[in-house]
Amino acid sequence: MKITGKEVAYVAHLARLALSDEEIEQFTGQLDAILAYVDKLNELDTEDVEPTAHVIPMGNVVREDAVDTGLPIEEVLANAPGTQDRFFRVPRII
Amino acid sequence: MDLFRWTIQEASAAFREGRCIPAELMASVNSRIEAVEDKIHAYVSVAGDAAVQQAASLSAGNEASPLWGVPIALKDNLATRGMRTTCSSKILESFCPPYDATVVSRLRGAGALFSGKTNLDEFAMGSSTETSYKGTTRNPWDLTRIPGGSSGGSAAAVAADACVAALGSDTGGSIRQPAAHCGIVGLKPTYGRVSRFGLVAFASSLEQIGPLTKDVTDAAILLKAIAGHDHRDSTSVNVPVPDYPSLLNGDVQDMRIGVPQEYLQVGVQREVREAIRNALDLLGAAGASIREISLPHTDYAVSTYYILATAEASSNLARYDGVKYGYRAEPVEDLLDMYRRSRAEGFGPEVKRRIMLGTYALSSGYYDAYYRKAQQVRTLIMRDFEAAFDVCDVLLAPTCPTTAFRIGEKVNDPLQMYLSDIYTISVNLAGIPGISIPCGFDGQGLPIGLQILGKHFDEATVLNAAYAYEQRTDWHGQRPAL
Amino acid sequence: MAYETIIGLEVHAQLKTRAKIFCSCSTEFGGPPNGHTCPVCLGMPGVLPVLNREVVNFVLKTGLALHCRINPFSRFARKNYFYPDLPKGYQISQYEHPLCEAGFLHIDLDGEQKRIGITRIHMEEDAGKNIHGEGSEPFSYVDLNRTGVPLMEIVSEPDMRSPREAAAYMRKLRTIVRYLDVCDGNMEQGSLRCDANVSLRRVGESAFGVRTELKNMNSFKHVEKALDYEVRRQARILDEGGSTVQETRLWDAERGVTVSMRGKEEAHDYRYFPDPDLVPLHVDAAWIDEIRATLPELPDEKMARFMTAYGLPRYDAEVLTVSRELSDYFEACNSVAQAPKVVSNWIMGDLLRECKGEDEALAQCPVNPDMLARMIQMIEQGTISGKIAKTVFGEMVKTGKTPEVIVKEKNLVQVTDEGTIAELVDRVIADHPEQVVQYRDGKEKVFGFLVGQVMKASRGKANPAVVNKLLKERL
Repeated sequence: MKITGKEVAYVAHLARLALSDEEIEQFTGQLDAILAYVDKLNELDTEDVEPTAHVIPMGNVVREDAVDTGLPIEEVLANAPGTQDRFFRVPRII
Repeated sequence: MDLFRWTIQEASAAFREGRCIPAELMASVNSRIEAVEDKIHAYVSVAGDAAVQQAASLSAGNEASPLWGVPIALKDNLATRGMRTTCSSKILESFCPPYDATVVSRLRGAGALFSGKTNLDEFAMGSSTETSYKGTTRNPWDLTRIPGGSSGGSAAAVAADACVAALGSDTGGSIRQPAAHCGIVGLKPTYGRVSRFGLVAFASSLEQIGPLTKDVTDAAILLKAIAGHDHRDSTSVNVPVPDYPSLLNGDVQDMRIGVPQEYLQVGVQREVREAIRNALDLLGAAGASIREISLPHTDYAVSTYYILATAEASSNLARYDGVKYGYRAEPVEDLLDMYRRSRAEGFGPEVKRRIMLGTYALSSGYYDAYYRKAQQVRTLIMRDFEAAFDVCDVLLAPTCPTTAFRIGEKVNDPLQMYLSDIYTISVNLAGIPGISIPCGFDGQGLPIGLQILGKHFDEATVLNAAYAYEQRTDWHGQRPAL
Repeated sequence: MAYETIIGLEVHAQLKTRAKIFCSCSTEFGGPPNGHTCPVCLGMPGVLPVLNREVVNFVLKTGLALHCRINPFSRFARKNYFYPDLPKGYQISQYEHPLCEAGFLHIDLDGEQKRIGITRIHMEEDAGKNIHGEGSEPFSYVDLNRTGVPLMEIVSEPDMRSPREAAAYMRKLRTIVRYLDVCDGNMEQGSLRCDANVSLRRVGESAFGVRTELKNMNSFKHVEKALDYEVRRQARILDEGGSTVQETRLWDAERGVTVSMRGKEEAHDYRYFPDPDLVPLHVDAAWIDEIRATLPELPDEKMARFMTAYGLPRYDAEVLTVSRELSDYFEACNSVAQAPKVVSNWIMGDLLRECKGEDEALAQCPVNPDMLARMIQMIEQGTISGKIAKTVFGEMVKTGKTPEVIVKEKNLVQVTDEGTIAELVDRVIADHPEQVVQYRDGKEKVFGFLVGQVMKASRGKANPAVVNKLLKERL
């Protein structure tokens, strides 16, 4: 086994996904198969290989420190499922 | 005459010559959509009469633009101001962005019209459009089969003449694979060639927006319109954009074409292999020099891709939390409950699976074993292509190992589904451009795609090789009976 | 049991750029809720960050001022966690390749200098603000104006050995970022924030003990108080044979205690990885030189110069160089008055008392350096006495009038005429025969009393030197 149900439950919590016991079981099986397949990467010796984060070598993409007007408040809140006055409203945090 | 069958060039010529006006073409496309949409379900939303009105009120200012008045379909993961952008997900079902993707504003600027937003696998995660919350798109060539994915809606719409051309996005083959399955042209540009601003992110380091069209010339026209540096995308590269359409001459004399031997091995459908061989013979006869080459790390591409893409996705999709926009589960017990249930109810199974895989790959203790390892193998895969392009101008391969599979066939076996992307995925890992063009049909009348790959920023050569093939065949002229 | 205290600080400084770090929204404090937001800082689907160059410049400035190594390759990473004030579900920060590493600063305590190591300085974006409903209201409210305001995180080595050292480090850091004009240094408003890692170990041991992370200390006073409390708390546990646990604790300023956040807190698994939406930074020598050229004279250099060039005691030099504004004030004042120690005394005394040590108050103080200098000149020239000068200073603060006008209007000019003063001296001698006898019997102290009586009779205007002289002659 590459991954256990307990690990899947932990990952689901990190990812903020409410999963049923059946889903956890199902994902455990599927992720296990995928991870077993992915394991083939370990056939390769990559000891001295630089990791690639960007395929095109680039750097120093910057903008000037200039201010633009933001979005009108109606547009800021237009898609929000919960609002009050000018705020996004969420279940109480503490 | 059925105006909706036109290509971009045909429509543009008709407008120029005064044979037709944009509102007529738009209306014709709309009637075609109405006629075929029940069968193929390519669209998530259509502009309808509003687009005809817009066509009628198009200012004549940029008639010189080849896209002026031309109805284009947009994959529904491209932000459109004031038009819902859902990614075919429940979590964004009602989301209406207050901004346009850069490609969308460029097309608006060129005078293009939008026929609607096309279906995709949820958040572009899939190879069949079966993961769409909005239902599966059907392959116009065989309605029991998938159109490919994730840009399946765009590909089906183009193949069914339910738009003149379309935009899609390609993270691991999502333009080329559906183009192949639907018998049309699909181009994934070099990473950084086209701005990603406004493309709802799945895997940021891999994806590009590109055209799906009825022929190669249209792809060249559409690419020219959307390509170029954008200060809003830090990864967009500031290099000149050639005038692609004018560079198409069909001349492949002395062009060095490499054939990666790994792409024609076991698992490739016999008819696909034959079609590729025939294409090679044809281009060889046209003056190109053909040689076998090797991309030794091909076998590792799917693994590498599914670690990197899902890791990025797990982070890119964290913003769907039910706070600022999108679906929120109600009522909830508390904040944690809101997060967990909004996301569990808002995302479909494939998206959740990938978020899980990606979260795992980045989690404490596993980063080096999975993420860093995959980034290192990505380097090896890039080096394979660099070596190949030392001796070749383009590479030629099948787009997919098989023609379109049946709806439901792979839906319960994610790994098999992932493996169907085996020939398109490396291209995204290396960031190089690739095109898929029609190159024949199998015994069941399903289209086969030929893939041509080029060096970074050398779309011109890729397009010209494709054009050379297209000039000498008539596959691209074939349309499904609907 | 004797313990050694080990403290390391993580300081977040809000950078004074006009626009946010990855979008062009204003960083201005106090706008209407969600009024300084756009699709980018709201984390809307498909939008992308673009780095504000000034943020890099500010952090480079700080890195150079803190003697850091500037990394030629640096990049951004995503720190993933869920919270309503974090719209993307990740914070763009730096992880593996921060912009600056391995620097230091000096703190001064009780006349001794100590070097505190800086581990790293990196750039990141701030989060928004959650406002909690009143009472039992079941909602919180999210304002994303602060989301994307640029921060630099300055991480120290665990080099501090007492809460006082930690507070001195914070003050020095504040002085430096204010000199550099990259952060306003306001702890109360949150533009300078501090988390501390605290542990104890037995004297003589070399391994570190278990540390707690301390948060929510939003003033210099509280940094020291919270650390004092925490050190005592840990010592008590160890004395009782217990062991401390690794945890995050909040400073409760009202109750004056630190409280465990255990249970409320997630296991930290931030899943850092390089942000694919941003490209690396390559800071070359030319860029560094460009920034180095903009560095002002820094507090340590200025303090040394004040001691050598003006002959000021170390203490004076330290106080005067605590801010650029104050040291500028001193130099402007002294350039006119040409009496460094006198100027220093006036600034450290009356002026700082008046401004409560705040630079904003200093900038708004009606007594400008020139006015103070001219007042000091009037003392030096004997036009007014030092005592009268206190009155003049008070009037300048109150009315903003020049010292000359005040002295004239209030008729405060010092009396130096010997004839006039002699009359007063004679009268005081006549009025106090007892004290005169005592003085002549050798009670020197009585002399001061008699001087005071003369001064009083002159309503403070008599030149004390003349009074002294005449009184001595006559006694």
